[in-house]
Amino acid sequence: MVEPVLDVKGLEKSFGALKATNGASLDLRPGEIHALIGPNGAGKSTLINQISGALAPDAGSIRFLGTDITMLDTARRARMGLARTFQISSLAQEFSALRNVMLAVQARQGTSLRFFRPVASDVSLTEPAMRMLSRVGLADRANVPAAALSHGERRQLEIAVALAMEPKAFLLDEPMAGMGPEGSKALTGFLDGLRREAPILLVEHDMDAVFALADRVSVLVYGRIIATGSVSEIRNDPEVRRAYLGEPA
Amino acid sequence: MGARETTVNVLLVLLLPAVALTALFIGEAFYITLATRIAILALAAVGLNIALGLGGLVSFGHAAFFGLGGYVAGVLATHAFNMEPVAFGLPGTTAMPAIWLVAILLCGLVALPIGLVSLRTSGVYFIMITLAFAQMIYYFAISWPAYGGEDGLSLSMRNGFPGLNTAKPFPYFVVVFVLLLAGLLLFHRLRASRFGAALEAARQNPARLAAIGISPFAIRLVAFVLSAMITGLAGALFADLNRFVSPSMLSWHMSGELIVLIILGGKNRLFGPLAGAALYVLFEYALGGLTERWQLFLGLVLLAVVFFARGGLIGLLAGRPRHG
Repeated sequence: MVEPVLDVKGLEKSFGALKATNGASLDLRPGEIHALIGPNGAGKSTLINQISGALAPDAGSIRFLGTDITMLDTARRARMGLARTFQISSLAQEFSALRNVMLAVQARQGTSLRFFRPVASDVSLTEPAMRMLSRVGLADRANVPAAALSHGERRQLEIAVALAMEPKAFLLDEPMAGMGPEGSKALTGFLDGLRREAPILLVEHDMDAVFALADRVSVLVYGRIIATGSVSEIRNDPEVRRAYLGEPA
Repeated sequence: MGARETTVNVLLVLLLPAVALTALFIGEAFYITLATRIAILALAAVGLNIALGLGGLVSFGHAAFFGLGGYVAGVLATHAFNMEPVAFGLPGTTAMPAIWLVAILLCGLVALPIGLVSLRTSGVYFIMITLAFAQMIYYFAISWPAYGGEDGLSLSMRNGFPGLNTAKPFPYFVVVFVLLLAGLLLFHRLRASRFGAALEAARQNPARLAAIGISPFAIRLVAFVLSAMITGLAGALFADLNRFVSPSMLSWHMSGELIVLIILGGKNRLFGPLAGAALYVLFEYALGGLTERWQLFLGLVLLAVVFFARGGLIGLLAGRPRHG
Protein backbone atom coordinates (compact mmCIF):
# COMPACT_ATOMS: atom_id res chain seq x y z
CA MET A 1 0.00 0.00 0.00
CA VAL A 2 1.15 3.54 -0.71
CA GLU A 3 2.22 5.55 2.30
CA PRO A 4 -0.49 8.16 2.98
CA VAL A 5 0.50 11.83 2.74
CA LEU A 6 -1.54 12.67 5.80
CA ASP A 7 -2.41 10.15 8.47
CA VAL A 8 -4.72 11.09 11.33
CA LYS A 9 -5.19 8.56 14.13
CA GLY A 10 -7.51 8.53 17.11
CA LEU A 11 -7.89 12.28 17.45
CA GLU A 12 -9.83 13.49 20.48
CA LYS A 13 -10.83 16.99 21.49
CA SER A 14 -13.27 18.10 24.15
CA PHE A 15 -14.64 21.52 24.96
CA GLY A 16 -15.86 21.10 28.52
CA ALA A 17 -18.41 18.30 28.45
CA LEU A 18 -18.73 18.41 24.67
CA LYS A 19 -16.66 15.83 22.83
CA ALA A 20 -16.16 17.65 19.53
CA THR A 21 -13.73 15.07 18.15
CA ASN A 22 -14.18 11.54 19.40
CA GLY A 23 -11.48 9.20 18.18
CA ALA A 24 -11.44 10.40 14.56
CA SER A 25 -9.07 8.66 12.14
CA LEU A 26 -8.60 9.29 8.44
CA ASP A 27 -5.86 9.41 5.86
CA LEU A 28 -5.11 11.21 2.61
CA ARG A 29 -3.35 9.32 -0.17
CA PRO A 30 -1.29 10.73 -3.03
CA GLY A 31 -3.34 12.02 -5.94
CA GLU A 32 -6.73 11.73 -4.32
CA ILE A 33 -9.53 14.01 -3.26
CA HIS A 34 -10.82 12.83 0.07
CA ALA A 35 -14.06 14.52 1.00
CA LEU A 36 -15.07 15.01 4.63
CA ILE A 37 -18.79 15.46 5.03
CA GLY A 38 -21.11 15.57 7.99
CA PRO A 39 -24.13 17.41 9.33
CA ASN A 40 -23.77 20.83 10.92
CA GLY A 41 -22.10 20.59 14.30
CA ALA A 42 -20.47 17.26 13.48
CA GLY A 43 -17.07 18.74 14.31
CA LYS A 44 -15.64 19.17 10.82
CA SER A 45 -14.07 22.55 11.51
CA THR A 46 -12.71 21.36 14.86
CA LEU A 47 -11.08 18.43 13.08
CA ILE A 48 -9.63 20.63 10.31
CA ASN A 49 -8.32 23.08 12.92
CA GLN A 50 -6.47 20.25 14.67
CA ILE A 51 -4.96 19.03 11.41
CA SER A 52 -3.84 22.55 10.44
CA GLY A 53 -2.46 23.25 13.91
CA ALA A 54 -4.89 25.94 15.07
CA LEU A 55 -6.14 23.66 17.86
CA ALA A 56 -4.18 21.14 19.92
CA PRO A 57 -5.84 17.72 20.22
CA ASP A 58 -6.30 16.11 23.65
CA ALA A 59 -5.17 12.74 22.30
CA GLY A 60 -4.25 11.03 19.06
CA SER A 61 -1.60 11.69 16.44
CA ILE A 62 -1.21 13.42 13.10
CA ARG A 63 1.51 12.32 10.68
CA PHE A 64 2.36 14.32 7.59
CA LEU A 65 4.83 13.04 4.95
CA GLY A 66 5.97 10.41 7.45
CA THR A 67 6.68 12.92 10.25
CA ASP A 68 4.70 13.28 13.46
CA ILE A 69 3.41 16.86 13.40
CA THR A 70 1.00 16.62 16.36
CA MET A 71 3.06 19.01 18.45
CA LEU A 72 4.08 21.47 15.70
CA ASP A 73 2.47 24.90 15.38
CA THR A 74 0.50 26.10 12.39
CA ALA A 75 3.37 27.96 10.76
CA ARG A 76 5.70 24.94 10.94
CA ARG A 77 3.07 22.67 9.39
CA ALA A 78 2.47 25.20 6.64
CA ARG A 79 6.18 25.38 5.90
CA MET A 80 6.25 21.59 5.58
CA GLY A 81 3.66 21.91 2.84
CA LEU A 82 0.25 21.78 4.44
CA ALA A 83 -1.93 24.50 2.91
CA ARG A 84 -5.35 25.28 4.28
CA THR A 85 -8.10 27.58 3.13
CA PHE A 86 -10.61 28.98 5.58
CA GLN A 87 -14.34 28.40 5.68
CA ILE A 88 -14.82 32.13 6.14
CA SER A 89 -12.32 33.92 3.91
CA SER A 90 -9.34 34.98 5.99
CA LEU A 91 -7.06 37.37 4.16
CA ALA A 92 -4.98 40.46 4.84
CA GLN A 93 -7.92 42.77 4.16
CA GLU A 94 -5.97 45.97 3.49
CA PHE A 95 -3.60 44.29 1.05
CA SER A 96 -4.39 43.91 -2.62
CA ALA A 97 -5.11 40.46 -4.03
CA LEU A 98 -1.62 40.45 -5.49
CA ARG A 99 0.09 41.30 -2.19
CA ASN A 100 -1.86 38.57 -0.41
CA VAL A 101 -0.45 36.02 -2.84
CA MET A 102 3.03 37.62 -2.80
CA LEU A 103 3.11 37.10 0.95
CA ALA A 104 2.56 33.36 0.46
CA VAL A 105 5.33 33.29 -2.16
CA GLN A 106 7.75 34.97 0.25
CA ALA A 107 6.67 32.58 3.01
CA ARG A 108 7.52 29.62 0.79
CA GLN A 109 10.89 31.16 -0.04
CA GLY A 110 11.48 31.72 3.70
CA THR A 111 12.64 35.28 3.12
CA SER A 112 10.53 37.31 5.54
CA LEU A 113 13.56 38.66 7.39
CA ARG A 114 14.64 40.92 4.55
CA PHE A 115 14.34 44.52 5.56
CA PHE A 116 15.31 46.82 2.73
CA ARG A 117 14.37 45.73 -0.75
CA PRO A 118 10.88 46.91 -1.74
CA VAL A 119 8.53 44.06 -2.58
CA ALA A 120 6.44 46.02 -5.08
CA SER A 121 9.16 45.90 -7.75
CA ASP A 122 10.49 42.44 -6.84
CA VAL A 123 9.72 40.13 -9.78
CA SER A 124 10.72 37.06 -7.79
CA LEU A 125 7.53 37.74 -5.81
CA THR A 126 5.22 39.49 -8.27
CA GLU A 127 5.74 37.13 -11.17
CA PRO A 128 4.82 33.86 -9.38
CA ALA A 129 1.99 35.66 -7.57
CA MET A 130 0.50 36.92 -10.85
CA ARG A 131 0.72 33.41 -12.25
CA MET A 132 -1.34 32.05 -9.35
CA LEU A 133 -3.91 34.82 -9.71
CA SER A 134 -4.23 34.01 -13.42
CA ARG A 135 -4.79 30.35 -12.60
CA VAL A 136 -7.81 31.16 -10.46
CA GLY A 137 -9.04 33.85 -12.88
CA LEU A 138 -8.28 36.88 -10.72
CA ALA A 139 -5.48 38.44 -12.80
CA ASP A 140 -7.54 41.51 -13.70
CA ARG A 141 -8.37 42.09 -10.01
CA ALA A 142 -4.75 41.90 -8.84
CA ASN A 143 -4.61 45.45 -7.47
CA VAL A 144 -7.96 45.48 -5.70
CA PRO A 145 -7.75 45.35 -1.87
CA ALA A 146 -9.01 42.04 -0.48
CA ALA A 147 -11.68 43.94 1.46
CA ALA A 148 -13.15 45.29 -1.81
CA LEU A 149 -13.35 41.91 -3.56
CA SER A 150 -16.68 40.14 -3.92
CA HIS A 151 -17.37 37.10 -1.78
CA GLY A 152 -16.71 34.72 -4.65
CA GLU A 153 -13.49 36.50 -5.59
CA ARG A 154 -12.26 36.18 -2.02
CA ARG A 155 -12.87 32.44 -2.19
CA GLN A 156 -10.79 32.34 -5.38
CA LEU A 157 -8.06 34.39 -3.72
CA GLU A 158 -7.94 31.89 -0.81
CA ILE A 159 -7.20 29.19 -3.39
CA ALA A 160 -4.55 31.32 -5.12
CA VAL A 161 -2.78 31.88 -1.77
CA ALA A 162 -2.80 28.13 -1.10
CA LEU A 163 -1.45 27.44 -4.61
CA ALA A 164 1.40 29.89 -4.08
CA MET A 165 2.59 27.81 -1.14
CA GLU A 166 3.26 24.93 -3.59
CA PRO A 167 1.96 22.58 -0.90
CA LYS A 168 2.23 18.81 -0.54
CA ALA A 169 -1.41 18.63 0.58
CA PHE A 170 -4.43 20.93 0.54
CA LEU A 171 -6.95 21.28 3.35
CA LEU A 172 -9.89 23.05 1.79
CA ASP A 173 -12.57 24.09 4.28
CA GLU A 174 -15.81 24.55 2.33
CA PRO A 175 -14.30 26.28 -0.70
CA MET A 176 -17.71 26.44 -2.38
CA ALA A 177 -19.41 28.16 0.57
CA GLY A 178 -21.57 31.03 -0.59
CA MET A 179 -20.61 30.67 -4.24
CA GLY A 180 -23.26 30.73 -6.93
CA PRO A 181 -23.94 27.67 -9.09
CA GLU A 182 -21.70 29.04 -11.86
CA GLY A 183 -18.81 29.61 -9.49
CA SER A 184 -19.22 26.21 -7.85
CA LYS A 185 -19.13 24.52 -11.23
CA ALA A 186 -16.00 26.35 -12.32
CA LEU A 187 -14.29 25.60 -9.00
CA THR A 188 -15.28 21.93 -9.24
CA GLY A 189 -13.53 21.72 -12.60
CA PHE A 190 -10.49 23.49 -11.16
CA LEU A 191 -10.18 21.21 -8.12
CA ASP A 192 -10.55 18.18 -10.37
CA GLY A 193 -7.26 19.11 -12.03
CA LEU A 194 -5.61 20.26 -8.81
CA ARG A 195 -5.45 16.75 -7.29
CA ARG A 196 -2.66 15.94 -9.72
CA GLU A 197 -0.48 18.56 -7.98
CA ALA A 198 -1.25 17.57 -4.42
CA PRO A 199 -3.96 15.53 -2.71
CA ILE A 200 -6.91 17.41 -1.27
CA LEU A 201 -8.80 16.93 1.98
CA LEU A 202 -12.05 18.60 1.06
CA VAL A 203 -14.65 19.67 3.62
CA GLU A 204 -17.74 20.54 1.66
CA HIS A 205 -21.50 20.88 2.00
CA ASP A 206 -22.14 21.00 -1.74
CA MET A 207 -23.03 17.34 -2.40
CA ASP A 208 -22.94 17.74 -6.18
CA ALA A 209 -19.32 18.85 -5.90
CA VAL A 210 -18.46 16.09 -3.42
CA PHE A 211 -19.99 13.34 -5.51
CA ALA A 212 -18.37 14.68 -8.70
CA LEU A 213 -14.88 15.05 -7.20
CA ALA A 214 -14.23 12.68 -4.35
CA ASP A 215 -12.21 9.50 -4.75
CA ARG A 216 -13.16 8.67 -1.19
CA VAL A 217 -15.62 10.13 1.25
CA SER A 218 -15.52 10.09 5.05
CA VAL A 219 -18.62 10.85 7.06
CA LEU A 220 -18.21 12.63 10.40
CA VAL A 221 -21.05 12.48 12.91
CA TYR A 222 -20.71 13.67 16.53
CA GLY A 223 -16.95 13.85 16.18
CA ARG A 224 -16.65 10.28 14.92
CA ILE A 225 -15.95 8.98 11.43
CA ILE A 226 -18.84 6.58 10.92
CA ALA A 227 -17.91 5.48 7.40
CA THR A 228 -15.18 5.86 4.79
CA GLY A 229 -15.48 4.62 1.22
CA SER A 230 -16.06 5.39 -2.42
CA VAL A 231 -18.91 7.66 -3.43
CA SER A 232 -21.20 4.75 -4.26
CA GLU A 233 -20.37 2.90 -1.04
CA ILE A 234 -21.19 5.99 0.99
CA ARG A 235 -24.38 6.64 -0.92
CA ASN A 236 -25.58 3.15 -0.17
CA ASP A 237 -24.39 2.90 3.41
CA PRO A 238 -27.52 2.58 5.55
CA GLU A 239 -25.95 4.17 8.62
CA VAL A 240 -24.87 7.20 6.60
CA ARG A 241 -28.30 7.54 5.07
CA ARG A 242 -29.89 7.47 8.48
CA ALA A 243 -27.41 9.80 10.20
CA TYR A 244 -26.74 12.27 7.50
CA LEU A 245 -28.72 12.11 4.32
CA GLY A 246 -31.80 12.28 6.50
CA GLU A 247 -33.59 9.24 5.18
CA PRO A 248 -35.37 6.61 7.21
CA ALA A 249 -33.47 3.35 7.20
CA MET B 1 1.95 57.19 -1.38
CA GLY B 2 -0.39 59.73 -2.96
CA ALA B 3 0.90 62.96 -4.53
CA ARG B 4 -0.78 64.96 -1.79
CA GLU B 5 0.85 62.96 0.96
CA THR B 6 4.23 63.45 -0.72
CA THR B 7 3.68 67.22 -0.77
CA VAL B 8 2.67 67.24 2.89
CA ASN B 9 5.70 65.11 3.77
CA VAL B 10 8.14 67.36 1.90
CA LEU B 11 6.71 70.43 3.63
CA LEU B 12 6.99 68.72 7.01
CA VAL B 13 10.61 67.75 6.39
CA LEU B 14 11.48 71.30 5.37
CA LEU B 15 9.66 72.83 8.34
CA LEU B 16 12.23 71.98 11.02
CA PRO B 17 15.39 73.13 9.18
CA ALA B 18 13.52 76.26 8.10
CA VAL B 19 12.66 77.08 11.70
CA ALA B 20 16.17 76.26 12.91
CA LEU B 21 17.88 78.30 10.19
CA THR B 22 15.61 81.29 10.72
CA ALA B 23 16.24 81.11 14.44
CA LEU B 24 19.98 80.92 13.78
CA PHE B 25 19.92 84.10 11.69
CA ILE B 26 17.77 86.13 14.02
CA GLY B 27 19.79 84.84 16.95
CA GLU B 28 16.97 83.13 18.84
CA ALA B 29 18.63 79.90 20.01
CA PHE B 30 15.50 78.90 21.90
CA TYR B 31 13.66 78.07 18.67
CA ILE B 32 16.52 75.87 17.52
CA THR B 33 16.16 73.93 20.76
CA LEU B 34 12.42 73.70 20.14
CA ALA B 35 13.01 72.27 16.65
CA THR B 36 15.57 69.83 18.08
CA ARG B 37 13.09 68.70 20.70
CA ILE B 38 10.48 68.07 18.00
CA ALA B 39 12.97 66.06 15.95
CA ILE B 40 13.99 63.88 18.91
CA LEU B 41 10.43 63.15 20.02
CA ALA B 42 9.57 62.42 16.38
CA LEU B 43 12.45 59.92 16.15
CA ALA B 44 11.29 58.21 19.36
CA ALA B 45 7.80 57.95 17.90
CA VAL B 46 9.15 56.66 14.56
CA GLY B 47 10.55 53.79 16.60
CA LEU B 48 7.25 53.18 18.35
CA ASN B 49 5.43 53.47 15.01
CA ILE B 50 7.14 50.26 13.85
CA ALA B 51 5.50 48.33 16.69
CA LEU B 52 2.29 50.32 16.99
CA GLY B 53 1.65 51.47 13.44
CA LEU B 54 2.99 48.63 11.30
CA GLY B 55 2.54 45.83 13.81
CA GLY B 56 -0.56 47.01 15.66
CA LEU B 57 1.29 46.39 18.95
CA VAL B 58 0.22 49.07 21.42
CA SER B 59 3.30 49.15 23.61
CA PHE B 60 2.65 51.21 26.72
CA GLY B 61 6.22 50.70 27.83
CA HIS B 62 8.39 52.41 25.27
CA ALA B 63 9.49 54.97 27.85
CA ALA B 64 11.66 52.14 29.17
CA PHE B 65 13.74 52.29 26.01
CA PHE B 66 13.61 56.06 25.73
CA GLY B 67 14.86 56.34 29.30
CA LEU B 68 17.46 53.59 28.95
CA GLY B 69 18.91 55.41 25.96
CA GLY B 70 18.99 58.56 28.06
CA TYR B 71 20.74 56.84 30.95
CA VAL B 72 23.32 55.34 28.57
CA ALA B 73 24.26 58.88 27.51
CA GLY B 74 24.28 60.11 31.11
CA VAL B 75 26.11 57.18 32.68
CA LEU B 76 28.81 56.87 30.00
CA ALA B 77 29.47 60.61 30.09
CA THR B 78 29.64 60.67 33.91
CA HIS B 79 32.16 57.83 33.95
CA ALA B 80 34.25 59.50 31.26
CA PHE B 81 34.20 62.75 33.22
CA ASN B 82 35.26 61.06 36.47
CA MET B 83 37.68 58.83 34.57
CA GLU B 84 36.25 55.73 36.19
CA PRO B 85 35.58 52.57 34.22
CA VAL B 86 31.90 51.67 33.76
CA ALA B 87 32.27 47.93 34.23
CA PHE B 88 34.81 45.21 33.44
CA GLY B 89 37.46 47.90 32.99
CA LEU B 90 35.62 49.47 30.07
CA PRO B 91 35.88 53.26 30.10
CA GLY B 92 33.06 55.74 29.76
CA THR B 93 32.88 57.98 26.73
CA THR B 94 31.64 61.35 25.61
CA ALA B 95 31.64 60.45 21.90
CA MET B 96 28.08 60.44 20.61
CA PRO B 97 28.55 57.68 18.01
CA ALA B 98 29.79 55.29 20.71
CA ILE B 99 26.98 56.31 23.04
CA TRP B 100 24.38 55.79 20.31
CA LEU B 101 25.74 52.34 19.53
CA VAL B 102 25.62 51.29 23.19
CA ALA B 103 22.11 52.76 23.60
CA ILE B 104 20.85 50.93 20.51
CA LEU B 105 22.40 47.60 21.51
CA LEU B 106 21.34 47.81 25.14
CA CYS B 107 17.74 48.66 24.21
CA GLY B 108 17.69 45.74 21.78
CA LEU B 109 19.01 43.42 24.50
CA VAL B 110 16.43 44.59 27.02
CA ALA B 111 13.58 44.56 24.48
CA LEU B 112 14.27 40.92 23.61
CA PRO B 113 13.17 39.33 26.92
CA ILE B 114 10.39 41.92 27.37
CA GLY B 115 9.11 41.09 23.90
CA LEU B 116 9.47 37.33 24.46
CA VAL B 117 7.14 37.57 27.45
CA SER B 118 4.79 40.38 26.37
CA LEU B 119 4.14 39.12 22.86
CA ARG B 120 2.63 35.92 24.26
CA THR B 121 -0.32 38.13 25.11
CA SER B 122 -2.36 40.51 22.99
CA GLY B 123 -4.76 43.41 23.24
CA VAL B 124 -5.19 44.96 26.67
CA TYR B 125 -2.93 42.36 28.32
CA PHE B 126 -0.09 43.35 26.02
CA ILE B 127 -0.62 47.00 26.96
CA MET B 128 -0.56 46.17 30.68
CA ILE B 129 2.44 43.86 30.57
CA THR B 130 4.59 46.32 28.62
CA LEU B 131 3.56 48.98 31.14
CA ALA B 132 4.54 46.67 34.00
CA PHE B 133 8.02 46.04 32.58
CA ALA B 134 8.59 49.75 32.05
CA GLN B 135 7.48 50.56 35.60
CA MET B 136 9.91 47.96 36.96
CA ILE B 137 12.75 49.74 35.22
CA TYR B 138 11.41 53.11 36.38
CA TYR B 139 11.40 52.08 40.05
CA PHE B 140 14.79 50.49 39.66
CA ALA B 141 16.19 53.82 38.42
CA ILE B 142 14.54 55.70 41.29
CA SER B 143 15.94 53.39 43.94
CA TRP B 144 19.46 53.07 42.58
CA PRO B 145 21.43 55.93 44.16
CA ALA B 146 24.62 55.51 42.10
CA TYR B 147 23.21 57.57 39.23
CA GLY B 148 21.20 60.14 41.09
CA GLY B 149 18.16 58.04 41.94
CA GLU B 150 15.04 60.14 41.99
CA ASP B 151 16.98 63.36 41.33
CA GLY B 152 18.37 62.20 38.03
CA LEU B 153 21.75 62.75 36.55
CA SER B 154 23.18 65.95 35.07
CA LEU B 155 25.66 65.97 32.21
CA SER B 156 28.30 68.59 32.85
CA MET B 157 28.47 69.26 29.13
CA ARG B 158 26.84 67.92 25.99
CA ASN B 159 28.60 64.89 24.51
CA GLY B 160 30.64 65.44 21.38
CA PHE B 161 30.47 64.48 17.75
CA PRO B 162 33.74 64.41 15.76
CA GLY B 163 34.17 67.60 13.75
CA LEU B 164 31.17 69.43 15.19
CA ASN B 165 30.72 71.80 18.09
CA THR B 166 27.67 70.13 19.58
CA ALA B 167 27.60 72.54 22.49
CA LYS B 168 26.08 75.07 20.10
CA PRO B 169 22.38 74.55 19.37
CA PHE B 170 22.52 74.58 15.57
CA PRO B 171 25.18 71.91 14.98
CA TYR B 172 23.40 69.70 17.49
CA PHE B 173 20.12 70.26 15.65
CA VAL B 174 21.83 69.14 12.42
CA VAL B 175 23.05 65.93 14.08
CA VAL B 176 19.58 65.15 15.43
CA PHE B 177 17.83 66.05 12.19
CA VAL B 178 20.07 63.78 10.11
CA LEU B 179 19.33 60.91 12.50
CA LEU B 180 15.60 61.64 12.20
CA LEU B 181 15.88 61.47 8.41
CA ALA B 182 17.76 58.18 8.72
CA GLY B 183 15.01 56.86 11.00
CA LEU B 184 12.31 57.93 8.55
CA LEU B 185 14.19 56.33 5.66
CA LEU B 186 14.54 53.12 7.65
CA PHE B 187 10.81 53.08 8.44
CA HIS B 188 10.00 53.72 4.78
CA ARG B 189 12.22 50.90 3.52
CA LEU B 190 11.07 48.57 6.27
CA ARG B 191 7.41 49.07 5.43
CA ALA B 192 7.99 48.37 1.74
CA SER B 193 10.14 45.28 2.41
CA ARG B 194 9.30 41.60 2.84
CA PHE B 195 9.57 42.00 6.59
CA GLY B 196 7.18 44.95 6.47
CA ALA B 197 4.68 42.94 4.45
CA ALA B 198 4.79 40.13 6.99
CA LEU B 199 4.50 42.57 9.92
CA GLU B 200 1.51 44.36 8.43
CA ALA B 201 -0.12 41.02 7.72
CA ALA B 202 0.48 40.04 11.36
CA ARG B 203 -1.50 43.14 12.32
CA GLN B 204 -4.32 42.51 9.85
CA ASN B 205 -4.71 38.76 10.21
CA PRO B 206 -2.26 36.69 12.27
CA ALA B 207 -4.12 33.44 11.60
CA ARG B 208 -3.63 33.94 7.88
CA LEU B 209 0.07 34.64 8.34
CA ALA B 210 0.55 31.44 10.35
CA ALA B 211 -1.44 29.47 7.78
CA ILE B 212 1.00 30.37 5.01
CA GLY B 213 3.97 29.41 7.18
CA ILE B 214 5.18 32.63 8.82
CA SER B 215 5.11 32.73 12.62
CA PRO B 216 3.45 36.02 13.69
CA PHE B 217 5.26 35.80 17.03
CA ALA B 218 8.74 35.80 15.46
CA ILE B 219 7.88 38.69 13.14
CA ARG B 220 6.43 40.74 16.00
CA LEU B 221 9.43 40.04 18.21
CA VAL B 222 11.85 41.35 15.59
CA ALA B 223 9.64 44.41 15.10
CA PHE B 224 9.45 45.06 18.85
CA VAL B 225 13.23 44.89 19.21
CA LEU B 226 13.88 47.17 16.21
CA SER B 227 11.27 49.57 17.51
CA ALA B 228 12.92 49.69 20.95
CA MET B 229 16.35 50.33 19.43
CA ILE B 230 15.21 53.42 17.54
CA THR B 231 13.32 54.81 20.54
CA GLY B 232 16.45 54.17 22.64
CA LEU B 233 18.59 56.16 20.24
CA ALA B 234 16.15 59.05 20.54
CA GLY B 235 16.43 58.79 24.33
CA ALA B 236 20.20 59.23 24.17
CA LEU B 237 19.70 62.34 22.01
CA PHE B 238 17.10 63.69 24.45
CA ALA B 239 19.48 63.38 27.41
CA ASP B 240 22.08 65.29 25.43
CA LEU B 241 19.59 67.98 24.45
CA ASN B 242 18.63 68.64 28.07
CA ARG B 243 22.05 67.70 29.48
CA PHE B 244 19.98 65.91 32.07
CA VAL B 245 18.41 62.51 32.47
CA SER B 246 15.98 61.48 35.19
CA PRO B 247 13.55 58.67 35.94
CA SER B 248 10.75 60.78 34.42
CA MET B 249 12.08 59.73 31.01
CA LEU B 250 11.23 56.17 32.05
CA SER B 251 7.80 56.88 33.48
CA TRP B 252 4.48 55.81 32.05
CA HIS B 253 3.65 59.45 31.24
CA MET B 254 6.43 59.32 28.70
CA SER B 255 5.08 56.07 27.21
CA GLY B 256 1.67 57.69 26.92
CA GLU B 257 3.17 60.80 25.36
CA LEU B 258 4.82 58.73 22.63
CA ILE B 259 1.50 57.03 21.85
CA VAL B 260 -0.23 60.43 21.79
CA LEU B 261 2.35 61.73 19.29
CA ILE B 262 1.51 58.89 16.91
CA ILE B 263 -2.25 59.20 17.31
CA LEU B 264 -2.04 63.00 16.77
CA GLY B 265 0.08 62.64 13.65
CA GLY B 266 -1.51 59.53 12.18
CA LYS B 267 -0.55 55.98 13.03
CA ASN B 268 1.19 53.85 10.44
CA ARG B 269 1.91 56.98 8.41
CA LEU B 270 5.54 57.61 7.54
CA PHE B 271 5.42 61.21 8.73
CA GLY B 272 2.80 60.73 11.43
CA PRO B 273 5.37 60.86 14.25
CA LEU B 274 6.91 64.08 12.95
CA ALA B 275 3.53 65.75 12.45
CA GLY B 276 2.44 64.60 15.90
CA ALA B 277 5.63 65.72 17.62
CA ALA B 278 5.45 69.14 15.94
CA LEU B 279 1.85 69.59 17.00
CA TYR B 280 2.57 68.38 20.54
CA VAL B 281 5.57 70.61 21.14
CA LEU B 282 3.81 73.63 19.62
CA PHE B 283 0.90 73.03 21.96
CA GLU B 284 3.20 72.65 24.90
CA TYR B 285 4.95 75.89 23.96
CA ALA B 286 1.97 78.01 22.95
CA LEU B 287 -0.49 76.91 25.62
CA GLY B 288 2.12 76.11 28.24
CA GLY B 289 2.94 79.82 28.27
CA LEU B 290 -0.70 80.67 29.03
CA THR B 291 -1.63 78.01 31.52
CA GLU B 292 -0.06 75.19 33.45
CA ARG B 293 -3.07 73.09 32.55
CA TRP B 294 -2.24 73.03 28.84
CA GLN B 295 -2.65 69.27 28.77
CA LEU B 296 -6.36 69.77 29.31
CA PHE B 297 -6.50 71.43 25.90
CA LEU B 298 -4.30 68.74 24.43
CA GLY B 299 -6.85 66.25 25.71
CA LEU B 300 -9.59 68.07 23.84
CA VAL B 301 -7.54 68.00 20.64
CA LEU B 302 -6.91 64.30 21.13
CA LEU B 303 -10.64 63.72 21.56
CA ALA B 304 -11.31 65.61 18.33
CA VAL B 305 -8.70 63.54 16.49
CA VAL B 306 -10.11 60.25 17.74
CA PHE B 307 -13.68 61.23 16.86
CA PHE B 308 -13.26 63.22 13.66
CA ALA B 309 -9.82 62.54 12.22
CA ARG B 310 -8.75 58.96 12.86
CA GLY B 311 -5.89 59.35 10.42
CA GLY B 312 -4.43 62.14 12.58
CA LEU B 313 -2.91 65.29 11.14
CA ILE B 314 -1.45 63.47 8.13
CA GLY B 315 -4.81 61.86 7.43
CA LEU B 316 -6.47 65.26 7.63
CA LEU B 317 -4.00 66.89 5.23
CA ALA B 318 -3.25 64.04 2.86
CA GLY B 319 -6.31 61.80 2.92
CA ARG B 320 -6.50 58.06 3.45
CA PRO B 321 -3.39 55.92 3.11
CA ARG B 322 -2.84 53.97 -0.07
CA HIS B 323 -2.08 50.31 -0.12
CA GLY B 324 -0.52 48.47 -2.99
